[in-house]
Amino acid sequence: MISGLTTDDKEMSGCAISGIMSEVGRPFSGESIIRSIANMHDRSNGLGGGFAAYGIYPDRAEDYALHVMCDHEDGLKAAEAVIADRCVIRHTEPIPTRPMRAIRRRPILSRCFVRMREEELERNYDRTEDDLVVSLVMDVNTHVEGAFVFSSGKNMGVFKGVGYPEDIGRFFRLEEYQGYIWTAHGRFPTNTTGWWGGAHPFGLLDWAVVHNGEISSYGINRRYLANFGYHCTLRTDTEVIAYMFDLLVRVHRLPLRAACTAMAPPFWSQAERLSEDERELVRALRVVYGGALLNGPFSILVGHSGGMVALNDRIKLRPLVAARRGDMLYLASEEAAVREVCRDPERLWNVRGGTPVIGELRGQAKADATPTVLSGGGQEV
Amino acid sequence: MRIDAENLHYRELNERIRAAFSKNSAEVVVDNVRGQRYIGAGLEGGARIVINGVAGNDLGAFMDGAEVIVNGNAQDGVANTMNAGRIVVHGGAGDILGYSMRGGRLFVRDDVGYRAGIHMKAYEGRFPVVVVGGRAGDYLGEYMAGGVMVVLGRGSHGPTCVGEWVGTGMHGGLLFLRGALEPWQVGAEVGIAEPDDEDWRLLSDILADYYEAMGLEDPGFGRDEFRKVYPQTARPYGTLYAY
Repeated sequence: MISGLTTDDKEMSGCAISGIMSEVGRPFSGESIIRSIANMHDRSNGLGGGFAAYGIYPDRAEDYALHVMCDHEDGLKAAEAVIADRCVIRHTEPIPTRPMRAIRRRPILSRCFVRMREEELERNYDRTEDDLVVSLVMDVNTHVEGAFVFSSGKNMGVFKGVGYPEDIGRFFRLEEYQGYIWTAHGRFPTNTTGWWGGAHPFGLLDWAVVHNGEISSYGINRRYLANFGYHCTLRTDTEVIAYMFDLLVRVHRLPLRAACTAMAPPFWSQAERLSEDERELVRALRVVYGGALLNGPFSILVGHSGGMVALNDRIKLRPLVAARRGDMLYLASEEAAVREVCRDPERLWNVRGGTPVIGELRGQAKADATPTVLSGGGQEV
Repeated sequence: MRIDAENLHYRELNERIRAAFSKNSAEVVVDNVRGQRYIGAGLEGGARIVINGVAGNDLGAFMDGAEVIVNGNAQDGVANTMNAGRIVVHGGAGDILGYSMRGGRLFVRDDVGYRAGIHMKAYEGRFPVVVVGGRAGDYLGEYMAGGVMVVLGRGSHGPTCVGEWVGTGMHGGLLFLRGALEPWQVGAEVGIAEPDDEDWRLLSDILADYYEAMGLEDPGFGRDEFRKVYPQTARPYGTLYAY
């Protein structure tokens, strides 16, 4: 597909991630997240940058906002045909961009606001509209030559490409949007190529994942997800994390904290020291969700319309700092990226391995705490 | 000499610091530091840097005699492979503090992240010393080969000042940890003991130096408050692959 080259000197580095959220849902412009991720410029190498923003399409909040990137006009036409076949397209437009010298060889970028057709919903009466959108995204991404749907949530959007993140942010004019959660990523690709679809965040429905590190268990996770109809097409490990959150939290309705435990569980020796109830829960999650365990070094930020979750691998092989001030939650690979936009946090701490930091829209917090029953697991999406 | 680091890339900042010392400045004060890397890297004796802000990664890497004072927090990799000199952080620090440090002293007022003192080593006249005033994260002293690390747990965060897997792979040096320490918190390669007379003399000297550098009053911690963690063998994996 499309790839970028950098002429910068190689430098020892890692990816950068940053996230900012207002827990009362107060919108703020993309300026802050651009400044925060730009502070960590030297952690990336210009081969990928991206953002996820929540609350940015309030006038079309009930429509799925599909962001599509295409190699050529034929790809766009083919993707739109597949989408139109199943959806009512309520509005379509090019994603607004501004010319940026640093951003080159860009694909065609389009967004359409859609709802599933009534007859599609009736024909698939045993599946939800979300399920059908997931299938649509999977079908376009696996079967349509030269087209990718890289964002498919409601009232949110992923914006990404090849370049330094601050340049990608300006290219997409993100300072003109207002959102209540923003996440960002600066990429330093190690195992896979730098191309537009491979930039972070990875999105599915309203999930968007940014990640520093690598998922050594990618093969196991990918095969596990395939059982449930998720197909990995983006040639990079982070993709499995987005689909895993969708499967565990949306489809199987695990509380976020339990999903995080399934992905980064305590070691057996640590579980021995837990209370009997906790030990039993850890054991059940490890047994049922063995295929969801993420191995390898990682720090991730997961955005969704109800909040933002940060998670480190169990032995903390990647940096992650959290801070709070008032209703604001900040998470970043480096403290300086927080201080760039919040000079004086009330609390600032190093995140513990395997211990999620959860930001929730207030009022939503209770829903997550309600006990839920694990589903049988064989559910299709 | 004073430098405003606002919007300054680390390369330019570090060039300016070096230029100041080459013109015989004894001290450089750097304001508005926000994550610039490698400050003080490789600097030799006689130089003194005062950092106001958040010092970026690899602060004082390969430093060889200079002194660095941080009024604020430091990020990851403070004193990476530092040879000599002193770093005093009036705040906390991130992961891999004292990474492969081989000499000099590193004093931190508050908490530090994971893997402090990973692969610290001592040789010939070199003997690195690290004191953490607050808590330290998991894998403290991982693969440690020499020197001394002290964790005081000030600010009372519970009975223990460290996490788990303390001293995993440790084969040299000593840790002195204040407060409770359970056997499950330490790696298979180390033992836990009470500090003996010689240990206490060493620890008392280190703490006196620490309080003085920090400008703190000596809280008078007693010998019985500390546990010593020591390697049980200098070659824990000597027979792992060779029978």
